[in-house]
Order: sequence, then structure tokens, then C-alpha cells
Amino acid sequence: MNDLTPTREQRSAALEGMGCKRKRVEDIRFTQGKGNYVDDVKLPGMLHGDFVRSPHPHARVKKIDDSEALKVPGVLAVITAETLKTVNLAWMPTLAGDVQMVLADGKVLFQNQEVAFVVATDRYAADDGINKVIVEYEPLPPLVDPFKSMDADAPVLREDLVGKTTGAHGPRKHHNHIFEWTVGDKELTDAAFKKAEVTIKEMISYHRTHPSPLETCQCVCSFDKIKGELTIYGTFQAPHVIRTVVSLIAKLPEQKIHVIAPDIGGGFGNKVGAYPGYICAAVASIVTGKPVKWVEDRIENLTATSFARDYHMTTEIAATKDGKVTGLRVHVLADHGAFDACADPSKWPAGFFNIVTGSYDFPTAHLAVDGVYTNKAPGGVAYRCSFRVTEAAYCIERAMDILAQKLNMDPAELRLKNFIKPEQFPYHSALGWEYDSGDYHTAMRKMMETTGYAALRKEQAEKRAAFKRGETREIMGLGVSFFTEIVGAGPSKNCDILGIAMFDSCEIRLHPTGAGIARMGTKSQGQGHETTWAQIIATEIGIPADNIMVEEGNTDTAPYGLGTYGSRSTPVAGAAIAMAARKIKAKAQMIAAYKLEVHEDDLEFDIDGFRVKGLPEKFMSMKDICWAAYNSVPPGMEPGLEAVSYYDPPNMTYPFGAYLCVMDIDVDTGVYKVRRFYALDDCGTRINPMIIEGQVHGGLTEAFAIAMGQEIRYDEVGNVVTGSFMDFFMPTAVETPHWETDFTVTPSPHHPIGAKGVGESPNVGGVPAFSNAVNDAFSFLGATHIQMPHDFWRNWKAAKDLGAVA
Amino acid sequence: MIPGSFSYHRPASVADAVKLLSDLGDDARPLAGGHSLVPMMKLRLATPAHLVDLHGIAALKGIRRDGNNLVIGAMTTQHELLASDDIAQSVPILHEAVLLIADPQVRYRGTIGGNVANGDPGNDMPALMMTLGATYRLEGAGGARDVAAADFYQGAYFTALEPGEILTSVSVPVPAVGHGYAYEKLKRKVGDYATAAAAVVLTLSGGKVATCSIGLTNVHETPLLATDAAKAVIGTSLDAATLKKAAAAAEAIMAPAADARGPVEYRKHVGGIMVTRALQRAAAKAK
Repeated sequence: MNDLTPTREQRSAALEGMGCKRKRVEDIRFTQGKGNYVDDVKLPGMLHGDFVRSPHPHARVKKIDDSEALKVPGVLAVITAETLKTVNLAWMPTLAGDVQMVLADGKVLFQNQEVAFVVATDRYAADDGINKVIVEYEPLPPLVDPFKSMDADAPVLREDLVGKTTGAHGPRKHHNHIFEWTVGDKELTDAAFKKAEVTIKEMISYHRTHPSPLETCQCVCSFDKIKGELTIYGTFQAPHVIRTVVSLIAKLPEQKIHVIAPDIGGGFGNKVGAYPGYICAAVASIVTGKPVKWVEDRIENLTATSFARDYHMTTEIAATKDGKVTGLRVHVLADHGAFDACADPSKWPAGFFNIVTGSYDFPTAHLAVDGVYTNKAPGGVAYRCSFRVTEAAYCIERAMDILAQKLNMDPAELRLKNFIKPEQFPYHSALGWEYDSGDYHTAMRKMMETTGYAALRKEQAEKRAAFKRGETREIMGLGVSFFTEIVGAGPSKNCDILGIAMFDSCEIRLHPTGAGIARMGTKSQGQGHETTWAQIIATEIGIPADNIMVEEGNTDTAPYGLGTYGSRSTPVAGAAIAMAARKIKAKAQMIAAYKLEVHEDDLEFDIDGFRVKGLPEKFMSMKDICWAAYNSVPPGMEPGLEAVSYYDPPNMTYPFGAYLCVMDIDVDTGVYKVRRFYALDDCGTRINPMIIEGQVHGGLTEAFAIAMGQEIRYDEVGNVVTGSFMDFFMPTAVETPHWETDFTVTPSPHHPIGAKGVGESPNVGGVPAFSNAVNDAFSFLGATHIQMPHDFWRNWKAAKDLGAVA
Repeated sequence: MIPGSFSYHRPASVADAVKLLSDLGDDARPLAGGHSLVPMMKLRLATPAHLVDLHGIAALKGIRRDGNNLVIGAMTTQHELLASDDIAQSVPILHEAVLLIADPQVRYRGTIGGNVANGDPGNDMPALMMTLGATYRLEGAGGARDVAAADFYQGAYFTALEPGEILTSVSVPVPAVGHGYAYEKLKRKVGDYATAAAAVVLTLSGGKVATCSIGLTNVHETPLLATDAAKAVIGTSLDAATLKKAAAAAEAIMAPAADARGPVEYRKHVGGIMVTRALQRAAAKAK
């Protein structure tokens, strides 16, 4: 040892492992415009496809005349449902157990539905062709309001389902009914309500919105007729599942399908499912023998490929007079549009909505969800949340505020009174989940202390008095939100997609010089996997993160995994990475023992190598072990240093957080200002605090957008009126509030590194914080529940309805 | 979002541009910043066979003094307006309003001529030009003529421009020294059109309003001059009752469409508030 010998801290820092604010390695290319996205893929002879779409929300397709289109220079083919029927692909299965038209088959069921696919030598010619396809429609009455979908005289939307009294999830009650899903003990819950001292009931709607990633959905399909192989470059959050689905529906051998997801410009759930564009591009490539590119434009993205939410949640809480909750009853009317194209695990038609008991110790609860069809775009996907978790969090967090108002209690105090206590974990919820770990009281109190919650309430009381005296036209709201998420789908005992268990995977291969490559079944869309996955490996095996290259998205090279959505990457693939790394570490220990001439039990791992216990100078670095793995392994041992792990998680993980939004609203214009937003997140072990902060910023920004105006809106006759960023609220940096972030750390007891996942927490917790702030601002004027989105004019209308504006 | 095919022309002089437009007739459209026309073409709602790009005409650029007027070439960008010290000092409301047009990327490309000539009631410049008493120079095959901004707008996207004519410059009378001004714009976000906006230019004399002009953006199919509202404040010190009267007079001429920015009632209501706030801020600035 001398002055130049690195200290333990220096050695540890050099790894840039877990806990390090390591700079994102992928940003070197992203910030220089050197990313490689699907639209950057240009193959020799590549053709372009584009859709003829329906102007009608509901109509019979009488005739499609493509004769003029085929005369347009450059137009090679016009594909219709009739073409697709010859290869049995006019319809495709959805991830939710329904089927969906690829191209209009006799009818259109939503505005902008895909009707025909024009294939041409360039995008201009394809668009020229679209304008020459003449489609004759016979308009039918549109069904827009989900509350009218099960009326006796409601129009029949899905003629393919006529006479089918059973769907993928049980009996159907009506021709526009998809499923009913019930969870919990109805009898016990009804009894709790019968003897309740206090009850509240409110219909809480979570409006239709859209993930709207900056990069829209797109693909390039290239069929090699000689080899019989299909290569698909696509914006896929789950490339391996896409390969399997394509194999199953196109009847191509799976080994002859190559799915490559290059860099992705945001997914947020939009890029989990399969869309007609993928099928049409693949068929067009098979038909023409040339690569075919399909790139969606913004209007198509917003109006046709996936939406999120459209959940209408009638919520009741039973409680004692002093504010102890005794029962929860929720009925959801779920508007899925024309086809049930949710991206949920197979057995969960309403996703994990049964996390709706939230962070509270409800002795009993009952939930029923009815899914219905309407003449709107199909979905709904999980927009930056685990399946239906943001809906559930919004439902319970809004309802708890309504209860607090009824009891005249502070909403934070009501929550503290009803939280699941630390000693109750693992906690079995009334609706069937086993919460892994949590310390809600500590997180909530930290939020209240850091923000000066009591002082803010005092200021609010003064402002309310001033408002009543006519001295100000501004009202102040405090939005408290305490969410528990359920992420990391999921254990094979309850999660699969089309029969494939929702494990994830990692393969690590170390090279002789102490470097390596790691491949996973996940796919980053901006989450920073190339950075954080290497950090887990660095800490686990003592190789600097900079020496580990991370690769995802190519189904030929990456191990099979279920992809990235629902904050599942860290809980599932993150665990697989740790487990694969530990396999490597075990072998490395045997090699080190052999080289150091001791028994392997005499070794201990020390940051970046193995040390003989009690003999600190006898040490072998991982770098040296890597070299030894390729030239002097113990007799009988295979050379090399690599490992694969497929991780089937024993349970979900349950991140949580305490958020506070402080908002001021000018009642005369409805203009709001988010004065302050504080977000405390507990995602268990923190891998990269800087990336967590970035994820929280992004998720809060999306939550802000959704709560305050981001809406996919249809008029009463089924026209979608929010087809561009002029109409669909996409906040810029100017509108986005400043975010304060904080954390507590409650590791997951069942996860190898204790991490829980964070990417979606801020959206799940953020939306109720904003909405509660608006509702809290108006509550002293008599408001109980004001529906989202809370844009300026709706705030003004709320003030007007409450008599605060003339 | 892919335009149809078109021929592209880039004349070097106003005369050439005018000749091209009159030769090509209805199938031709002049192209300035393109912020309105190009998206319409991408949606194929506009399908001109010929685009006559005005960027090659040096004479359409620049800001110069002509007596008490500032004459601004039609192809002067909004960014150039912001960079002009002359505008900032002598017509500060123009500087203030231009800053509220979208974002820097838009302003680098967007031109004053395109903004005022397109007849889009959502644009900010038309009502402001009416408030300032500006005139537009229109040049066509038959020569040049000047039309007051107040007489230019006939309906949504309908203006006094005759086929083949180009708006070549905007002449803005410099407001009196010591005038007060304000452009109040309510919008949902950067890049959005106004839910409602009001421009006010006034002078005070002995604490009372001596002259006043009020313009309204995006509350009618054309930009509006709220003359009754302006009359209502003359000779007053803008007391609460007067402000209320002015807002009511302004609201009386508004006829906005219901859209995602809000229902008609809301847009008129906030239109009145914009007038009130603009009057108060303008008066506070007047010397």
C-alpha cells in the first residue's frame, strides 16, 4: 500500500455501479443526431405504404374502387381486406383476446380506421394514390357515449360477434358488451356499507388521452423470397413478442423471422401492441418481394393507433365518523373503442386495476369492470403506467379527498390514519395482491415537513377568507397524492401474454480483457438501459460499467424477453441481470480460488475482485480473473465467462410515493399556475439517481399534461377533433412547472437488488396530485368533484357553476 | 401529411412575381414563411399547382423610416422585427406582440407580410395593425395601391387582395411620444392561437384618456377594431365602471367560434377581460 494505491471508495467509484449518477452513454449519439430510428432504415428498392382511412365513425363499405389509384405513376398495389383474406390476414388477434380488422372488412367502426393500403415507389406517390382510391360508404348511426353502449336500441357495432354470448373473459351481457370482470367479496363489502357511519359516492372519470411519443409507430418489412425469411425493423417495445405473434398469425417459422427494434423515440405504451400497418407492410413485402416502409404521421398516431384510459369509475367508500375506512366499492365502465386492443396480460381484462385499494388498509372491497365497444379508436393501452394502475390510483386518491372533505378532515391526516402500517408488510390487500414492502407514514411525513404543509394550509385559509371578502380573485389548492403502484409484470403464476409467461432475461459474456457485452429481452425507448443495466453488472461483478456494452432489441441476438412497459424492466430484467451476474461471479470465485491456491470459501468479494479472508494482500481482480477464464481455468472447468438468466419474479413490486401540488387559479379566466410541485418517490434500491430524476421529471410532465388538458375528444357524431398538437395539449418547456424531487428507500425484499422500478410512478401519482389541487382549490366554494381535464375554460366553468364568476 | 406535386418559382423582383401570379392565375400561390400554406398543402386542403416563393426578392426585406411612418417590407421576419431597435423604441407594442407569436423557430421563418395578408383571424398582427392605423401596400399587374388595415379584412381568409396582387409592405404610423400600450393575449400554450387577445394604444392628458384605439384578435371571423369600447374610455380615468362598460362594448361585437379553447361564452368573457387588462396596463405605461 502506498499513496497511489486507490482507496476502497476510489475503486468503488471507478466502477460507476449502482447509486452512481452515471451520465447516459446513449446520449452521446442522441444529442448529436446520430441515433438510428426506424425511419432512418433505408433498404435498396424499398417501397412505401400508406393508408386510405375512413372519414366515417360507423359505416358500411359498399365498394372500393382502386382503378384510378393504380394509374398514378409509382403506385404498385392497393391492398384491401379482400386481398388480405387470401392470406387469412384480414383480421388479427389483439393482446386482449379480441380480434381486430386489419383493413375494413365490410364496415368501418371508427373515424380514420384503415380501409386500404396503397404501396408505391415513394411516399409522395403513395399519398397521391390514397387520394385516388374511391370508397363508397353507407353511413350508420355512430355510438359515441359509452354510457349508451348497452342501451337496448344501441346500434350493433361488431357484426362478427353477433350471437356470441361469451367473449375471451366470460359472458357478454349485450351486443356491445366485451366483458365483466369482478374481484373481491361482494357480500362482505355490501355489509360494510350497510353499517357504515359515513359513505361517499362519486362517478370519477378518467378521460381518453394518448401516449403520443415524439416518434410515431413505424416499420420496415423485408421478405426474402429465396430464404423465406422476413425481417422487420419496427418501433417495438416488445420485439420478441412481436416475432412470436407474427409467426403465429402469418404461419412463418419463428426462426425465419428477424425482428429488430432500433433506437426508439419514446413508447409510453403506444408501441406494445400490433397495428394494421405492420401486417400490411409485411404482406406488401411478401407480395412485391421488396422491402416496404410504413411510417405513421401525427394525425394517424393520435387518432388510430392506441389510446389510453376512458375509464368511468363509480366509486364508493364506507368509513367511520372518525375517518377509518371500512369498505370500498367500485364499478368501472371501460370504453375500449371498436376493438378491445388493450395490452394487458391475458388473464387481466382490466389490468391490475384491483390495486384500487391503494395505500390504505381496506378490510373489504369489491370491484366490477364492464368493458364496452364504441365507435372510437381501439385500445386502451397503459400510457406510462402499469396496466390500468394510473386509473386505479386516480380513482382512490380522488375518492380519499372526497371522503376527507365530507368528514371535514385534512386529506393528509385522513391518509395517515388509513395507511397500511410498516409492520403489516407483506400485506394482503382485500382485492388479492401481496404488497412486498412499504413505509408510507415516513414518506408522507417527510413530504409534509419538507413542503411546510401546515403553513401552506394556513396560507390557503387566509386566501380563502380574502377571496370571500372580495380582496382577491385567486384561489389556492393543495393537491395531496399518495400512490402505491404495482409493477414488474410478472410472476408466471398470474401473468402471461398470449400464453407466454412474463419473465425477462439477460445474457452476459465477459471478454478476456475484462470487458463484456450484455443482452436483455427488454427494449429501451429512452429509459437509459444502456447506462443502468451496465451499472448493475458493474456492482455485481466488479467490472467498470464503461467496459460493459448493453444491447437490446434484436431477436436474433438478444435472449427472449417480454419487453419494456409497465415499469417491468428493472423489477424483472434488472433481476435477471443480477442473477446472470451472480452466476458469473460464482464461476469467477472458483477461478480466483484456483489461481490464489485457496478454497473458494476462503474468498470474499471486495468491490472489483476476490480477496483471501484475513490476508488482504492476496487479491485477484475481476479483470485478471477474466483473463484467466480464457487460459487457465481449474482442471475440468469449461473456459469462458458467460451466463444467462431467465427470471420469473416471485411477486410484483410496489413502488410508492407522496406528492404535493400547490396551485393558484384565477377564477375569472380559469388560468392556473403550478406554484410548486414536490414528488417523493420510493422505488426501493436506486440504480442511477440522475436517471431516476429524469424519469420523474418526464412522468410528471406527462401527468401535468393529462390532468390539465391532454384529451382525445370526439364530437357527438363521432368525429375525432384532437388530431394534432394544435388541439391535443402537449406542453412545452414554458408551460411545464418546476419539479422538486425527493426520495425514501424501502427495498423490495424479494428482488435480488431490492429495486422496484420508477419510470411510471410520477404519472400514476402525478395525475391525482394535479386534479386534487384543482378540486381542493374549489372545494371551499362547494365543489365535490370536478372532472378532468382541468384546462382554463373548464376551470372558469367550475367557478361559474359555483357562483364565483358572474 | 404529404403534399401533392407543384411547380416551384423563385422570382427576383416584385414585377416578376406579379407577372408570374397573373400569368399562372388561380393555380398559383405566393409563398412567404409558409407557416399557414405549407401545413394546408400537407393536409391537401390547399393544392396549388404553382408556388411563387418570395424569398428571392430583396426589395421585400427591411425596415425603414418614411416621415412619421415605419415601413416594413413584407418578407421581414418576426425575428427581424424583434431585433429592430427602431421598432422597440418607437412602436413598442409591436415588439411586445411579436414576442407572443409562437416560439423562436416559428419567428425565424414567419413574416409580417404573410401574417397580415393571410386573413387568418387567429394571427396576432392584423388586429394590432388595425389598432395602430397601419396601411398595406398591395402591388399587382395594374400597379400599386394602399389599403388601410381596417379596410383589408373581409372574412376568414378573405381580404382586399385581388387575384395576382402581392402585399409588399406595411406602413405603421409611429404612435405619439408618451403613449401607453399593451397586448394582452390569453393562450393555452406556446404556439397556440389566442383564446382571445386585445391590443390597446392610448394617450393620457391630465390623468384622463385622450385618445384610445382597441383591437381584438381571434374573437370573430376577422380581426376587429373595438371602436365603441375605445370611445367609452375617452375622457375617463379608467375607473371600474368605465372598464366594465368598455369590456361589455367589446364583447358585444365579438362572435368567436366554440373550439377546444372554450365555448363561445368563455371566449367572449375572457375577451372582455383581455380588454380590461390591456387598458389598465396601457394606462399605467402612458406618460
